[in-house]
Amino acid sequence: MEEKAILELVRIEFPAGVRETANSLGDEVAVIEKGALLQIAAFLRDGPGKFDMLLDLTCVDYAREDPRFEMVYHFFSLSRNQRIRIKTRLGEGDLRISSLTSLWKNADWLEREVYDLFGIHFEGHPDLRRLFMYDGFEGHPLRKDYPLRRRQPLIRLKE
Amino acid sequence: MPTRIQKQARPDTMLLNMGPSHPAMHGTIRIMLELDGERILNSEVEVGYLHRGFEKTCEHRTYFNLLPYTDRLNYVSPLINNLGYVMTVEKMLGVEAPERAQYIRVLMSELSRISDHLTCLAAMAMECGAFTAFLYKMKAREFLWDVIEQTTGARMTTSYIRIGGVRADLHPGFDSALKKAVEETRGVLKDVHGLLDKNKIFLNRTRDVGVISREDAVSYGWTGPCLRSTGISYDVRKAHPYLVYDKLKWDVPLGERGDNFDRYMVRMKEMEQSLRIIEQAAVRLPKSSRAFIAGGLPPDEAIKESRHRRFRKEIELSPNLEGSEESHYPDILASDKGFVVPPKEETYTSIEGLIDHFKFFMRGHGLRPPKGEVYFSVEGGNGELGYYIVSDGTDRPYRLHLRAPCFHVVSALEQLIRGRYVADVIPTFGSMNMIGGELDR
Repeated sequence: MEEKAILELVRIEFPAGVRETANSLGDEVAVIEKGALLQIAAFLRDGPGKFDMLLDLTCVDYAREDPRFEMVYHFFSLSRNQRIRIKTRLGEGDLRISSLTSLWKNADWLEREVYDLFGIHFEGHPDLRRLFMYDGFEGHPLRKDYPLRRRQPLIRLKE
Repeated sequence: MPTRIQKQARPDTMLLNMGPSHPAMHGTIRIMLELDGERILNSEVEVGYLHRGFEKTCEHRTYFNLLPYTDRLNYVSPLINNLGYVMTVEKMLGVEAPERAQYIRVLMSELSRISDHLTCLAAMAMECGAFTAFLYKMKAREFLWDVIEQTTGARMTTSYIRIGGVRADLHPGFDSALKKAVEETRGVLKDVHGLLDKNKIFLNRTRDVGVISREDAVSYGWTGPCLRSTGISYDVRKAHPYLVYDKLKWDVPLGERGDNFDRYMVRMKEMEQSLRIIEQAAVRLPKSSRAFIAGGLPPDEAIKESRHRRFRKEIELSPNLEGSEESHYPDILASDKGFVVPPKEETYTSIEGLIDHFKFFMRGHGLRPPKGEVYFSVEGGNGELGYYIVSDGTDRPYRLHLRAPCFHVVSALEQLIRGRYVADVIPTFGSMNMIGGELDR
């Protein structure tokens, strides 16, 4: 019962921000507008839900759909022992989304990873650089249009 | 291009690289330190030296095919990585492994957890100068790996846990090997407690070094032994029980201060709990219903004979397939056809079996979970090991993301070593159990 309640609370608090809520294979999911992300995340952390942990943050590239990228956030509440998934879409024209670094410390590296592999720009991130790839690497390897076998060696490979 | 620390450094300080080629950096991480004498003013951690594009590769492999890649994530506890991936896919498909397979999975993941903790603590102790403790722990790990090797056929790259169950039944000599390994490990743990717990050198380097507060640990997304060392009782096995963990009796050891010594102690105590779980699971393990097969026909003769009539004789399979004979299937693999590898006996001797085999392995056929996305996590050696898989209904995952526990732990390293001495980097980093394969993916 409680699990339903938290998504309902979010919906009541941000009527314009929440697009839909659902239950997918036992996980609570909410699809939100990207502009409302920071407020909803802050509400989840400090509000009645006490989702004090940012469990995971990643991105999915739906190359053939119109808002192309989907950011996926997993939050976890230690006191409720409950997970929640928040998703929001980003169009290819505007790859900016607000950063969660002000709320969670691990958002720093997680967002750098997504920036590195997908090219999403996090506004308000203190130091947005590539995390895994090196400086001068071209493109974003986890995008669907990046070929699997493309090589960009720093030193020329032996023939 | 100058890095952040190079730009920010004061002119009167020294910049020092620790790693990526440094014996205490576990191979693949670089820490740039800004030093004032011995004191660390600032630091910057650079990761990615072991980035192999795990997630990208998985998008191009079928669900069955990508299992060996998961071995290579946390390469000291590959069985738990297998388990996490397999259970995520099972959650999507709605398959459940038979009870015996579930107990085997518990046994295997606890053995891996102990070897994971042993490796971490052995390296940490050695880097602090305690070489004896290192050797003792490596010895115990050998016994555990003997048990794993006997059944799975490999020490590290096991690929043993399969969708729907496990690859093969336990080796006939499993019980005695396990008994010996448990005894040896107990002895080693006792010795190591004696060597390190009150050792002044070890205490000086770990007590109140690398302290993290509860709030920070949560904010950094720490899980596993590192989080529990701060006193927060969160263990995926208790919080979201999977397999048969809720049927077994065990405790979650906690620390108090969240320093290096607590992280060491929590891991030591956790190994004892894992041994408890192993002993209970070994007793409760449902008996196998199979009969021992002796003297079957070699496959080529069986194939020849099967051309004339429907073949029913036992077949002598290659030693690689030991334990995965058809008669074992009800014990170790789910009965849902199409989700598990068809038995080799069928494949070799009947046309239906051959069709099943091709239907399973052919591109575009095989395992095709329904459209949707799923997140599932297990307790890995370092904490919550979660997989997020998006399926588009084909035989390959549209997106596979790994929530690597040590990614979150290592991201706090800069904060933990700020203001400390250079020598404190070593035990702090050692107690985090950074595993390159998992961190960089």
